[in-house]
Amino acid sequence: MITVESLTRRYAGFTAVDDVSFTALPGRVTGFLGPNGAGKSTTMRVMVGLTVPTSGTATINGERFADLPNPGLEVGVLLDASAQHAGRTGREILTLAADTMGLPRRRVDEMLELVSLTPSEARRCVRNYSLGMRQRLGIGTALLGNPRVLILDEPANGLDPAGIRWMRDLLTGFASQGGTVLLSSHLLHEIEVIADDLVVIGNGTIVASGSKEELLAAAGTLVRSTSPRDLVHALEQAGIPSTLAGDGSVRTDAASDRVGAVALAAGIALTELRSAEGAGLEDMFLSLTADTQREGAAA
Amino acid sequence: MTATTTSPDTIGATPARRTVRPIPTARLVTIELRKMFDTRSGFWMLVSIGVLSVVATGAVLVFAPDNEIAYGNFAAAIGFPMSVILPMIAILGVTSEWSQRSGLTTFTLVPSRGRVIGAKALATVVVGVVSMAVAFAVGAVGNLLGSTITGLDTVWDVSLAAAAQIVLGNLVGMAIGFTLGVVLRSSAAAIVGYFVVSLVLPGILALLAQVRPWFADLQPWIDWNYTQVALFENDTDTAREWAMLASTTGIWIALPLVVGLLFLRRSEVK
Repeated sequence: MITVESLTRRYAGFTAVDDVSFTALPGRVTGFLGPNGAGKSTTMRVMVGLTVPTSGTATINGERFADLPNPGLEVGVLLDASAQHAGRTGREILTLAADTMGLPRRRVDEMLELVSLTPSEARRCVRNYSLGMRQRLGIGTALLGNPRVLILDEPANGLDPAGIRWMRDLLTGFASQGGTVLLSSHLLHEIEVIADDLVVIGNGTIVASGSKEELLAAAGTLVRSTSPRDLVHALEQAGIPSTLAGDGSVRTDAASDRVGAVALAAGIALTELRSAEGAGLEDMFLSLTADTQREGAAA
Repeated sequence: MTATTTSPDTIGATPARRTVRPIPTARLVTIELRKMFDTRSGFWMLVSIGVLSVVATGAVLVFAPDNEIAYGNFAAAIGFPMSVILPMIAILGVTSEWSQRSGLTTFTLVPSRGRVIGAKALATVVVGVVSMAVAFAVGAVGNLLGSTITGLDTVWDVSLAAAAQIVLGNLVGMAIGFTLGVVLRSSAAAIVGYFVVSLVLPGILALLAQVRPWFADLQPWIDWNYTQVALFENDTDTAREWAMLASTTGIWIALPLVVGLLFLRRSEVK
């Protein structure tokens, strides 16, 4: 379990992370979302002790990362796959990590196989690796110590489609065995497929957090009818504000059961009634972080 | 590269909490030693120590007149390239964590940065002592070879005490490099810094001592090159000279190292 409490990190002139609190639970994959520069990476760096917080705490299973006697065995970390000495081979990087944690060398071969790096690729210097290969090596390093908590910053970045599918299965498998996974990503579709819980950060503050179902349900209801104008009118009579889109669909923040009841009472036949989830994470993400987007483009 | 299926036993998030023992310091030192030489640049540094020792020995054999074939000359010839390369190894051992960004992994696996830097310091001393032992051995072989070729008696004119001072002199140079690495945390800046304090600074201080007589008495106390040269020439024997060495070590190594470490421990690793 990862617990972040009132975490703040200020730099000269600006606050990167402002009073952030959330929990990543064991047995669940927690997606950490936010626009560029929202404070995701800073928060993750504080969790693993690479950045000192201005105030607040981040703990892993109740302990500060810096107090863990051999952190590699408890927390797998991948913050930046490119942050490796370019002149080392992939195998050497895994060997150094295995030696540091006090693991047998056969773990290195097991990890190379797990992340699908061939023996000849493992003998090459990291400077000659593609981003996807570095990412695989980084995931291998994170999993090396057989940890129960994973903290991964953009792990799908640069992976090929097969690699993305592989990582998704890996992480859901990891969580289903009781592991805690916190992963950040810009790939909203990826997060939507894989995450159980979501934490959305914008401009250094948490703008939403909760289970994926909750958050996506909050996106409201989408309803279609043969007479959309009558439906909008009926909803208005019932005190439910709604908007009629150009394609004839009606959107409202109200729950679908209320919308259905209103339509029944008004005698309007519905052709479709569902949670607006189909619009999905992207819409939710853009509307939640609208104030913090660089493009200023709200959904 | 193809995607593999995940096998539960290799990534298993076992529910039982293991008892985790702290990482022993000896292991950290071994790792830091390995890291100094497991990269391409580190490998060539190591090779160059061996090659330059042999080349320097060969040069003395070829170019020195017969009456100059003495161990002291071999030691001096080998000592010069050593005194340049060893500080570079010390610098890169520290700065590569930042310049190559491998610190992200290093400091997440071992969050106590003080312990990592301490292990690097010990590894640096080991490299210095072993390299010097190799250099002395190569020089000895050269000396034996030289006396055999010239048919003269083998001259062993470097006492054990003098050899110890030469080793200490090289360790001082490595410590200066190490300190610059800790303070600047950038390979390029630290290497430039090293050449400034080892090549530019002595000239300025010597000039100052010439034009300002009061500084001439002060120079041995604050010029680390002055005390290092004294070590290389086996000239540090009085208590006063050792005190001078302690003074320059305090000014150029101990003090900046402490300040640098304080900053390093709180700095952000990116």
